[in-house]
Amino acid sequence: MDRERRIQGLRDRLAYIRDIFADRDDESIRLLAAKFGELLERHQAKPGGVKREELARIADLFDFSERKLDTTLTPMDRVRIVRHPQRICLKDILENVYDNYTEIGGRGEYNIDPSMLIARAVFSRRVGDKVTNQMVMVIGQEKGHGEAFRNGGSVKPWGNAKALHYMKVAETENIPVHTFVFTPGAYPVEDWPGAAQQIARNLYDMAGLRVPVVAVFSEGGSGGAEAIGLADRRIMLSHGYYSVISPEGAAAIEAGLRSGERATPELIEKCARQLCITAGDNLQNGYVDRVLQEPPLGARPSHYDFFRELRRELIQTTNEVVSSVKSMKLYRAMAVRTSKTDDAESIYMRWTLSQSALDRLVEQRQRKFRSMSRHARLDGTGVVTRAVAATKGTIWAAHSFLRYDLLGRQKKRLNAMFEDLGAEAHLVRHKVLMPLKKTLDKILPGNGTAQPKVGEAVKERLTRLSCPEDGACLVGSEWAWTSPRSQEDRTISCPNVRTHHCPDLWVPDLFGDFAGVCPSCGHHFPMEYRWYLQNVFDYSESKEFNQQLESINPLGYEKFDTKLDKAKERTGLKSACITFETSIEEVDAVVAVLCAPFRGGSVGAAEGEKFIRAAERATRKRQPFIAYVHGTAGIRIQEGVNGVIQMPRCTIAVRRYIDAGGLYLVLYDTNSYAGPVASFLGCSPYQFAVQSSNIGFAGPGVISETTGIAVPPNYHKAYHALSRGHIHGIWDRREVKKNLHQSLLTMGGRNLYYR
Amino acid sequence: MLNIKELLDKVKASPYREIVVRAPHTGVVSFAAVKPGEKVHGPRGEFLEKPGTLLAHLTREKNEKPIPAPEKGVIEAVHTQHEGQFVEAGEPLVTIKHYLTRKEVIELILQEALYLFRAPERAKYYFVPEVDQKLKVSGKRSVKVQDGMEFLIVSRMKRETPLAYSGPEGIIYSVYFGRGDNVDEGEPLIGVCPEDQLTVIQDVVARIQSEWEEEA
Repeated sequence: MDRERRIQGLRDRLAYIRDIFADRDDESIRLLAAKFGELLERHQAKPGGVKREELARIADLFDFSERKLDTTLTPMDRVRIVRHPQRICLKDILENVYDNYTEIGGRGEYNIDPSMLIARAVFSRRVGDKVTNQMVMVIGQEKGHGEAFRNGGSVKPWGNAKALHYMKVAETENIPVHTFVFTPGAYPVEDWPGAAQQIARNLYDMAGLRVPVVAVFSEGGSGGAEAIGLADRRIMLSHGYYSVISPEGAAAIEAGLRSGERATPELIEKCARQLCITAGDNLQNGYVDRVLQEPPLGARPSHYDFFRELRRELIQTTNEVVSSVKSMKLYRAMAVRTSKTDDAESIYMRWTLSQSALDRLVEQRQRKFRSMSRHARLDGTGVVTRAVAATKGTIWAAHSFLRYDLLGRQKKRLNAMFEDLGAEAHLVRHKVLMPLKKTLDKILPGNGTAQPKVGEAVKERLTRLSCPEDGACLVGSEWAWTSPRSQEDRTISCPNVRTHHCPDLWVPDLFGDFAGVCPSCGHHFPMEYRWYLQNVFDYSESKEFNQQLESINPLGYEKFDTKLDKAKERTGLKSACITFETSIEEVDAVVAVLCAPFRGGSVGAAEGEKFIRAAERATRKRQPFIAYVHGTAGIRIQEGVNGVIQMPRCTIAVRRYIDAGGLYLVLYDTNSYAGPVASFLGCSPYQFAVQSSNIGFAGPGVISETTGIAVPPNYHKAYHALSRGHIHGIWDRREVKKNLHQSLLTMGGRNLYYR
Repeated sequence: MLNIKELLDKVKASPYREIVVRAPHTGVVSFAAVKPGEKVHGPRGEFLEKPGTLLAHLTREKNEKPIPAPEKGVIEAVHTQHEGQFVEAGEPLVTIKHYLTRKEVIELILQEALYLFRAPERAKYYFVPEVDQKLKVSGKRSVKVQDGMEFLIVSRMKRETPLAYSGPEGIIYSVYFGRGDNVDEGEPLIGVCPEDQLTVIQDVVARIQSEWEEEA
């Protein structure tokens, strides 16, 4: 019986090796298969069974071959490893790494989202002669070993909401959170709470989560991974991958495939290599803190040694996080740092932190992410300019502190007092004087009947037909900038013609006077970002900063340099993000624009850095911060994880700004999808869209590709996003400036200078 | 008394409908590469989001607009004499022979043979409980309606009023509305068939079901 089981185990191992190496013709695999086949044949002939030694020998051969094959793994092989149903999953970790656990938030199929698993787990440890239990909250995606209802670890929005809920529970209970990233990506459902919006909310809250968070990455696919991946320490399993997009997805984009077509395996291999998705690459780029070595060809549930390693690593890392912010740093802290051996268990440390330590923890986490991805952009600013900017920044900060905090607060208090006094005085005066006035009115006749004299000027103004000098008769366009398309002499049909029967529009009218809005149905034709820059944000009067930050090709992605150069040449920009200071109807504000013509408005390291610096500048100057998204296709895949990491980075910057009391406004236009919406844009409490824009987590093509469900043509329209509660208002293009001004006056933060 | 046989013969004699695609407005026509005898398809996709086969372009004020086929069929004629010419609105451009499907033929005959009771206003319609029960238990064709019989409830903005049937006496043969759907004014609600004609109609439908050959 035991032998039968052993043979079955070997058969599984062979099948696993074959799956991992797909159809690659390798000598070792062939040898293994031949030897194993031989053994089976003999076994068939001799019903008595094979000898024990024979089995041991072939098991040794398997071990040897696996070690040998492990050195030849390509990135795509690693992707196949993490996707294999034999790969360890979160349930295995809970069983083997922790001493006890209780699943909460649903179990198995009886779960709001079975692909997100939450458990209260315990490490039981002996300290001296007493056993102590250390609680942790375990949150992670569960792929299961081929359980269909787990949806392959693709979390639906409500799954992420559940994860966030229990992170907050951990915060209340002051216990560390261990997150396990086992997801190929989030499931793109546009429904409340929203795939993108929920991930954004998770990121926003994790940016300030007041408990230690340790993340373990096995399969990290873009947004789904980020939803629980913003951690103090990130451990990566050596055979895992962490990437901005699946290699298949990248290949589909690279080859420009239409729906239904499939990319060739060679192209997928190449993309996997170029995206730099392996643990080694991520460690080198600084996006994970440590790599945990797995057994050859990846960890499977029978590798108990690996679970012990993982346990040691988890305890040690949590110790490290805790000790780094503890106020009492005794000898233990040093011991934790230097301990590389198995004795992590021997060092005991309380994992509950004091309030001040938690403050330090959050600050440390935010600083850690702030300093990432420095190498993935080019800063062309000179040393002198940089020094000047730094000095200016300090001066602004000091100035706003003096003016708005030190003096301003007193002034505000004084103002409030005077206001109250004034209102009081008004009431008193009213009470005292009114009876007096009434008696006087009664005594003096004809006092109340005096007609107000109508001035000649008023009469003239009311009776005149038009006042050209007042600007009633406008000459030419009212817009400071009109699209060059308005020069064309032709007509254009509105796309809503079938439903709304709009007449054809003459292009000079449409793009000149109507600002690209169909006067009959209100459809907004796409407009250049320059229109907004000039007509809404007064770009010509504004002060642009960080112009020299430039997008580069950090991974050496094939042919991407030329594409970037082309984009730079065509748009005259150095990255897709423009940041400047301007004033909207006398209110100074900092604006960041993501413009679609530059590589689809995709966000990479340079764009992220510009965005962060803009948020910091707004904080220092006590100004509102407006993000105008002319269009964004998501994260720039050619920058790999350098792009994805901008999601937590920018969200942290936004969170810091909002926590400092600022007003963060987001305005979407045309098409806004994926990463940015699922992070620093989606987390804003004030999100608006220009009419006829599309907002979503994944575009229609990606949805039908990944889920196999066709989406209705109007699935991502702004009005649907509004009804789902993802955005908070829809604006007409011609009224953007007015609405922005209105919002600046009526919404947001306590620390704005004009409040 | 309707002569169903005659009607069927008529349909059989010309088992298609001719669709004339006309210029929706003035403009210069340029035909796409479609020839008589070629098959075309109408809008497709789950939400009919993919337009039908391109038949021609009509250019007005440098605004080129596609004219797709409205339904499946075979091109009967292309009025190529208009190629590159300026045409008025309503000018026939392409004729498509749309072969009737089995469902369409049945529908056509039923519309002729049955008495259609139409909706008096836009509202939701429900059968009164007794009728509803009967329809559910014994199926359609079990309910006999006569003039003046209250058999429907008109529901609009939570106001519910009974509706009486008016028309010839007969059996409910088909129901054209769904539960909870809004029915527009003038749309048929039910088709009523005189009792003596029921077998004839059922025969015809069965025959069409089995015999009618659909064009692929």
